[in-house]
Amino acid sequence: MNSPSTQFVPSRRMGIYEPIHQIGMWGENFKSNGNPSASVIFEVDNKLENESETASHEMLAPSNKHDQEATKPIDKIQRRLAQNREAARKSRLRKKAYVQQLENSRLKLIKLEQELEQTRQQQGLYMGGGLEGGHLGFSEAVNPGIAAFEMEYGHWIEEQNRQICELRNALNAHISDIELRILVDGGMSHYFELFRMKSTAAKADVFYVMSGMWKTSAERFFSWIGGFRPSELLKVLVPQLDPLTDQQILEVCNLKQSCQQAEDALSQGMEKLQETVSATVAAGQLGEGSYIPQVATAMEKLEALVSFVNQADHLRQETLQQMSRILTTRQAARGLLALGEYFQRLRALSTLWATRPREPA
Amino acid sequence: MDKVMRLASEKGVVLFSKSSCCLCYAVKILFQELGVTPTIHEIDQDPEGREMERALMRLGCNAPVPAVFIGGELVGSTNEVMSLHLGGGLIPLLKPYQALC
Repeated sequence: MNSPSTQFVPSRRMGIYEPIHQIGMWGENFKSNGNPSASVIFEVDNKLENESETASHEMLAPSNKHDQEATKPIDKIQRRLAQNREAARKSRLRKKAYVQQLENSRLKLIKLEQELEQTRQQQGLYMGGGLEGGHLGFSEAVNPGIAAFEMEYGHWIEEQNRQICELRNALNAHISDIELRILVDGGMSHYFELFRMKSTAAKADVFYVMSGMWKTSAERFFSWIGGFRPSELLKVLVPQLDPLTDQQILEVCNLKQSCQQAEDALSQGMEKLQETVSATVAAGQLGEGSYIPQVATAMEKLEALVSFVNQADHLRQETLQQMSRILTTRQAARGLLALGEYFQRLRALSTLWATRPREPA
Repeated sequence: MDKVMRLASEKGVVLFSKSSCCLCYAVKILFQELGVTPTIHEIDQDPEGREMERALMRLGCNAPVPAVFIGGELVGSTNEVMSLHLGGGLIPLLKPYQALC
């Protein structure tokens, strides 16, 4: 038995690989050791290596020494047998310890895999800059409602781009007001469809909708309670709609003001909600290490977030509807085209930003 | 129901709210901005609160609070108030009750 012994070094990490090699070695030992005696010699440890090697060396000594062995006193043979038994016992103990460590490592691995999965679920929310980031994969395993929303949103964008083209062509071609009205109504319905989709998604994961994760980075920069700010929208649109009649200017002005007031009210409501959740989470002594009641109560407060997201979308929808009422069909068509292209430009900005040349680290 | 109807038909702007409701808080802020001080009934602090909540639901509001009455007439919840405001219809309703600065 001159095979080099493998060191059994308990690894500080998981030590998965060394022990596996160890098992192989044990197997080899069983196979290659054709020792007729009852005790099998295990060659595992540096401490016992010399002993066992000595023992095996003596047992499997070349034949010219065999006669010498037969003439050794009985007690020496018995001493060797005892040594073998001792070596075997110690090896069995070591094997037991090794198996125990394997079991622990296995449990640790399972736990780490679970934690990794959880982290992946959370981090998935921060990956990618919208659709071009390609983070569609993450939600399937986690939240079917969000996965469905992301897919629908992809289609929504495609339809939106198509509608923008159609509007542009229609306005250039000077089609009749009646035909234009159909396009305008279609455009409005398309936005309302988005608000419906968002409402459903908010029930699946309100944080996802709140943070505008499905949008591109530049769009997210302007995000207010899960979407665009209606007053900002008006600021972008109105200069594009000249000329407006005096009556229209007055009505748009009133709309801007009431929009701003409604937004302020909702914003302050949101702040109050943040304060409430923060106070609930921080209740009691921070640092105790046990906080299940606080977290459970905070969960209930978070339900209100869904109402806020819905209210914000309702505000967007009302703003669009009021504009449609104030404007002529042709103006409304120009408005929808302007709005559509504004968001297209923001999406282009996001792509440009994502692909900007990076300085070498 | 009786209590709700009695309180609702009080003159001026009446708001049924819950002290913990942040959306109600938003409506309060809006009225404040418009120069109106509504009569606020926090139903979570009222001994008959549960009854009142049921009554408000039966009036057709999809959420019991916030519920806004102006001059005894039900305006609605947050949705209706916002729509009315953006449509320019809220301020005329509030005019008789706006504080003179």
